Amino acid sequence: MARGDEHSRTIESPLALQGAGEDWRLNLAGDWSLAGMAQIEVQLRTLPAALRGTLVCDWSEAKTPGIGTAWALLLKLSGLGAKVSHTGNPPHFLQLLLKLTADRHAAQAAPTTDHSIEASVGHLGRWAVLQGTHARGVLDFFGRMVTVLGQAFARPRALRVSSLARHIYETGITAIPIVSLIAFLISVIVAYLGAQQLSRFGADIFVVDLVTIAVLREMGVLLTAIIVAGRSGSAFAAEIGVMQLNEETDALRAMGMNPIELLVVPRVLALVIAMPCLTVIADAMGLAGGGLLSLLNLHIPLPQFTFRLRESISSTTFWAGLIKAPVFALLIAMVGTYRGMQVRDSARELGRLTTVAVVQSIFLVILADALFAVLFVQIQF
Amino acid sequence: MDSAVAADVAPVIRVRGLVNRFGSQTVHDGLDLDVLPHEIFGIVGGSGTGKTVLLRSILGLRVPQAGSVEINGKDLRNLTQPERSRLVQSYGVTFQNGALISSLSVAQNIQLPLREYHPASEEILDELAELNLAMVGLAAEDGAKFPSQLSGGMIKRAALARALSLEPTLLFLDEPTAGLDPISAAAFDELLLYLHSQLRLTVVMITHDLDTLFRTCSRVGVIVDGRMITDSLDGLLENQNPWIREYFHGPRARAAAHAGESNGQGPNGQGPNGQGPNG
Repeated sequence: MARGDEHSRTIESPLALQGAGEDWRLNLAGDWSLAGMAQIEVQLRTLPAALRGTLVCDWSEAKTPGIGTAWALLLKLSGLGAKVSHTGNPPHFLQLLLKLTADRHAAQAAPTTDHSIEASVGHLGRWAVLQGTHARGVLDFFGRMVTVLGQAFARPRALRVSSLARHIYETGITAIPIVSLIAFLISVIVAYLGAQQLSRFGADIFVVDLVTIAVLREMGVLLTAIIVAGRSGSAFAAEIGVMQLNEETDALRAMGMNPIELLVVPRVLALVIAMPCLTVIADAMGLAGGGLLSLLNLHIPLPQFTFRLRESISSTTFWAGLIKAPVFALLIAMVGTYRGMQVRDSARELGRLTTVAVVQSIFLVILADALFAVLFVQIQF
Repeated sequence: MDSAVAADVAPVIRVRGLVNRFGSQTVHDGLDLDVLPHEIFGIVGGSGTGKTVLLRSILGLRVPQAGSVEINGKDLRNLTQPERSRLVQSYGVTFQNGALISSLSVAQNIQLPLREYHPASEEILDELAELNLAMVGLAAEDGAKFPSQLSGGMIKRAALARALSLEPTLLFLDEPTAGLDPISAAAFDELLLYLHSQLRLTVVMITHDLDTLFRTCSRVGVIVDGRMITDSLDGLLENQNPWIREYFHGPRARAAAHAGESNGQGPNGQGPNGQGPNG
């Protein structure tokens, strides 16, 4: 064949087909190790789809033949139809490979994806059912948690105090620096921007009102919640997730212990205790930030600042913020631990569910904040 | 096989004076080791004697406090980046718990080193995955499964398939039969012997499994007191060191040795290799 002749003239072509009719010869040459696979593959594609008669495969010029390349060649040759024999000092593993090609079953056809409208509706339906199952799962989880808390009244040991203490330390105390810093800085920014606008009306002093109401009612608790969601929400999901992957939660169940009691409830309680404390600290640092800016930028001396602060606070300002803290804590902790308990199978699932935990808890916190805002307006709190 | 020609054969792995310390605890204190071409070398020792630490030192996953490790004559400390890359491709490793990448299917795990070093079309990669699956006795359909769906025996085989995918000449196995039922463990031993002879591998195997030791290993290195005592199995059976005596003459050892004798000793099919003890 003309094409074969062209190939046999090419220098170091990995394979060269010669012959005609019933007698064929395949000369292998050049680098036949795994490194030469790319080139060999290209040449293999140029072979005809079928050959009659006999094919002699000559290995004498093939350098460092590798198993993978030999396998690719044998698969191609076995599909040609000709009777194949090997000469020229074929590699020692050829026998093994010939045996494997003989045992080989034809590859199964890959399942095709169905793109019809029916399939899309079915997909949507399955997704909807899945959401329903998830919602039930959340309710189930919440119920179990409440059950454990209920049992703690009769059996105080169920409240794992040392575990609780550890989590209060990790979610609360170690968060103080970052929460303080962020509350301080954001308050400075708000005061600074507010001051720009208010000084146009000569109403500088109202910066204090701005800072007080913004920090105490909204920003203190919201910023704390977002930071805690990122820090502790992910930590809860990741810790419990790895325990799921390591079968530690199964071991607990096998020993008759309830993972909800040991792992989930201490975390939830710890966060519900720690977050209001963190909120108070954030409030304080926020007010301090506003005070510092007022002093440096607007030259409002501290006594005047504190006087104005007391004027602008009503009986509800502080509590409107603080009351949200345990609610946010509950949301964050439940989402974090629930997603952690869902982890199965692989590291990728762990990563995905940790991400979901953080994103969902932040979303729920902001949603709850919006609902609280509406509620407070309605009841004039 | 033909590994038993004495000191003129250059060792594939040469470890000299290895020292590994964790804080105040010294695990290896001047450990020497030679692995000859085409042999199956067993590494044995009590828990805590640093078998896995030794393996990690040889693989370069851990830098020892002192000592040298040479693979194929090249000292690990002096390797350039391309040399290290070539070296890493020349050996395959299986880890104790499989260490398959959990988010990839078995076939994708096998293809991972290939994609990294020898990219080729998907078709060829699928054919190569099929080849490696067949070589370790897994079905082609098992390639689509994920590690979490595999039984213990299948995980070990899949890990071996991945270790073989770059066609290495050197294989490191860390407790390959741990956790396997006796039938699977025996099957793994036979698979190892088969691949060892067909692919002309040099194998270094950490194992507690006396049956595997007696069935597959030509020489065994015992880590005792922070050093290695290497000998053939017959030599170790004569050794007077108290720990070695207890290890090889306890009730389990007797049963395994008996089974090894009735099967025909070891992969070489012949008797002890005539290597003298080192260390």
